[in-house]
This record gives sequence, structure tokens and C-alpha cells, in this order.
Amino acid sequence: MSETTLADLAHEVRSKNAGPFWVTMELFLRDADGYRIAADESFLNERVIAELYRVEESTVQMFRIPSLNVVKISFPRPIGQGSLRDRDMHAGQHHVPLARMPIRQSAGRDR
Amino acid sequence: MDSEPVKSVRVLSPSGMLGAGWDHATIERGIALGADVISIDAGSTDSGPYYLGSATPKTTAKAVARDLRSLLTAASSAGIPVIVGSCGTSGTDSGVDWVAGIAAEVMAEEGLDLKVARIYSEQDAAGLKEHLDAGRIHPLPPLGPLRAETLESCTHIVGAMGHEPIVAALRAGAQVVLAGRATDTAVAAAYPLMKGMPAGPTWHAAKIVECGGQCTSNPRAGGVLATIDADGFTIEPLDPAVSCTPISVAAHMLYESANPFEMREPDGTLDVRDARYTAVDDRIVRVEGSRFHVADQYTIKLEGARITGYETMSFTAIRDPLILADIDAWADLMRMMIKQRVGQTLGLAHDEYAFDLRLYGHNAVLDDLEPETGPPREVGVMLLVNAPDQATATAIAKVANPLMLHLPTPAMDYLPSLAFASSPAEVERGAAYEFVLNHVVDCADPTSLFRIEMGLNADV
Repeated sequence: MSETTLADLAHEVRSKNAGPFWVTMELFLRDADGYRIAADESFLNERVIAELYRVEESTVQMFRIPSLNVVKISFPRPIGQGSLRDRDMHAGQHHVPLARMPIRQSAGRDR
Repeated sequence: MDSEPVKSVRVLSPSGMLGAGWDHATIERGIALGADVISIDAGSTDSGPYYLGSATPKTTAKAVARDLRSLLTAASSAGIPVIVGSCGTSGTDSGVDWVAGIAAEVMAEEGLDLKVARIYSEQDAAGLKEHLDAGRIHPLPPLGPLRAETLESCTHIVGAMGHEPIVAALRAGAQVVLAGRATDTAVAAAYPLMKGMPAGPTWHAAKIVECGGQCTSNPRAGGVLATIDADGFTIEPLDPAVSCTPISVAAHMLYESANPFEMREPDGTLDVRDARYTAVDDRIVRVEGSRFHVADQYTIKLEGARITGYETMSFTAIRDPLILADIDAWADLMRMMIKQRVGQTLGLAHDEYAFDLRLYGHNAVLDDLEPETGPPREVGVMLLVNAPDQATATAIAKVANPLMLHLPTPAMDYLPSLAFASSPAEVERGAAYEFVLNHVVDCADPTSLFRIEMGLNADV
């Protein structure tokens, strides 16, 4: 049985450099229901992102934009752009761990 | 040209990058819609530190020539200016001269006589050290305070100009402005600001159009036209078959920026928290409510790159399921064997060189973050070596060559032969670079770090 992931709720999940020292990601949710789940701070928050991407929680910035059904996440690039160990020059494939996150079925419901 | 007041300014943005190409009909359509200026970005840091570090353009000359021909012929007929920012990808002085040389050829071939301004944005370390010593250079997160040695280690440093040097060039009569490094937005904001359009709508429109058609329903179909006025701006695609929607326009504010609500420019901060996006019709969007807060201190952002070493790459591939089933152990053995053999044959300690072993098809892109665990079908093995000089990097890659050809897994009692992708297996990559500056300089005068030269040819 395959779990429902954030990607299933989104029409696009993307990541990209925001300048050489930051990476930024966006979840474009399909609708307000999907947005409610992804924007639920008890489900997706700075600590969860820090664990998923192995970065410092205090450096993670999250923006929730209900008018666009978007959750945006930014944090400093853990590996310098273009350095020997940078395997993703534009940071364009780093959305995948986020996109694959299984959603909690209770997330976003009225409690 | 800026004497009479105007009610609105129309900015034509053909594409996100000079050299990316477009259908010339989209430029003609923008002119027919009343474009007052054509603005285009020719660079970015996005493709990595090599382009700044080596002062090499990412684009090929023929693509730049083709796009300049499209713009210069159209703008010349219409009598409107063309502004190109971040010439030569990184905006180094040689990048400006490179684009100026291509523009000269195009203008000669087309019989055009346009007044050209070149704006240089390259900075020398000694000049910046004075600013540093005077406490005028500050870090932007995540970097810390700047050290003088870091400035001196850079092969090239540029400052990202705001709109002011471009406006100065236009006021001096330039019909074509070829700017060094500029903020992506300054290129589109300069002309409307010169014409008295308000800062909030102008900078917001400039951000929305900086990638051409990226804010439309079909980013591949060409650019956009932004009409800026006293209360806001409207935006429409140049291709009549393409649409802008409130969502497609608002979403572009998110693109490549860490903060979706604010964007710092040299003279202040664009604030789009209260921006309202409404559909004028099914393909034109109106935006109002964008604000601009003038900063207490004018700042210019610096970009700098330095050499980290010289790299040699080697690439082999594995298809045998027996090895793939144990691929992580194979890679661990490979790393251990390379260090051992390099020590034995070249006498190099571990800290005298570095290498990255990447398993494409397994976990190369995400490395430790890779969530999948199943065995891959095939794996491309890239060995990337970094050493203080090219000969050493290649020597290390050559020492690894027999391992890249024959290394078995720890459990195998015979030598497999793996699939090298090319002969020779090693490719010398030359100097490798890293970005080391993410700092701003306090400036009293917005144009003081930049040099404006009229005419097509460099004086030197």
C-alpha cells in the first residue's frame, strides 16, 4: 500500500537556489484542503524540515501563503554552490525528500 | 529624453536571459503594443561560480548575436532604448566588452548607428579593502564578517548595481546600455524610475518580468510586457496565445528568492505583502498595492569567486547486479583503496587533495538525504578529484583508473571489468571555483563603484 505524500496534494513541488548561499522550495498545493494539511504547523514546521534536510532548525524559514495555496521553505545551502561536494548546481532536485513526505491523515482537520 | 512627464511606461522583457532565444514576432508584437524600452538580463550566479571566477560567459556568441540583432533592429526602428544587464553571465568587465564587441558586429551588419554606453561593475580588492577597513562592508546571512584575505583570494569581484548608473547612462543619451553586474530587477526598473514611475509598482513589475515568460501559462512562448503607472502595473504575455493569471504572476514572486514578501534592492526594500493581483481579462493581470521602503543606508551587494583547486573527472559504469546488490560496500572499498593507492604511489596525505565519489543512479544527487533504498538497475560512477594543481588531480584520477575498471565488491573473489564511458577515462576540468562573498558595501553615492563609458569600444 502506498502512502499519500505531499506530492500527491500538490500540482508542483520545486526547489532552486536563491542566490549562491540559499536554497528555497515551494509546495504548490492543488486546493485549500491540501494547503490546510501542508500548512499545519504541527505537521510541517522548522524542526521537521531541519531533520529532513539535516540543517540547523534556527536557520529554516517557512512562509505560508493561503491566497496561493503555497508553503515556501528556505534555508542556507548546506553545501556551497559549485564546490567539490555540490551534486546539484541549481539545487533543482532537492525538493524530492519534501515531496515524498507521507502526510498524516489527521493533519489539517478541524480539531 | 526624460523631460516630459508620462502617465505610464511599458517595459518589454523578451526573455529571462540574452542568448536564450525567442520568436522575433514576439518582439514586434511588444513594439506594436507600445513598448517604451526593452530590458533584458544577460547573467546570473545560478549556473555556479565558474562563470564569475573565470570571467567566461555561459552563452555562446552566436546566440547572443542572434538575440541582439532581434532587439537592436526592432528598438532602432521604434526609437526606444535597449538595456542589457549582467553582460557575459557574471557581469565582469570582460563580459561587458564581449557583449559590446558582438553588438558592434551586429550594428555594423545591420547598418545601425546607436549610441552605446558600457557600465563596468568589476571591483578591485584593494579598493574594497579601504571600505572594509572603514567598516563599510557587512555580511549577509549565512556568511560571517569579511576578511581582507578573502577579498585578495578572489579572481574576480563584481558589485551588483542598482538602477542609478543605468539611468545616468540613459540621461547621457545612450540608446543601448550594456551593463556589468546589475540586480536582476534594476535592468527593468531603471527606465520607468527615470520616467517618474513610483518605486513600489516599478520594482515589483521588474521582479515579475525578470525571467520573461516565466510568469505566464507557457514560459517557452516568449516574454512579457509590463505597463507601469502611478497606481500599479499590468502584465501581459507577448504571445497572444499565452496567458498571465493572478496565480501565475503572484507565484513568480516566489521564484529564486528566499523571502516571498520582501526583496532588498540597493536603495530599499520591495514589500509585496499587501499586493493585490486581479485579472483584467483572461490573459492580462493588474497588480496594485506593492510598496517600497527606502533604506536608511544605500548598499551594493558584492559577488566574488576564487579558485579552490584544479579538478579531474573520471566516469565508469556498473550494470552487474552482483555488484549493484552491494553497491555501498563497493563504494566504501573504492574510497579506501583510492586513499591507500594515492598514498603509496604519489606520497600524498589525505589533506593534500580531495575527491568526491558519486553513484549516479543510486544516490548521487541527494547523497545522505536519498530516501530510496532498493538496488539500482545501473550506476554511473563519477570520480571528481580536486588538487592544488591540474597535474596532481590527473595523477590521482589515473592512480584510481585500475580501480574504476576492476574493483570487485568485498565479497567477490574475482576481478570484474566495469564500463568506462570514454577513452581516456579522465577529463581535465581545469580550475574549480567557489563563491566567497555575500556581503554589502555601504555607499554614499549609488554610482561611485561603477564606471560609465560611452561608445562601443573599450579604451584599453
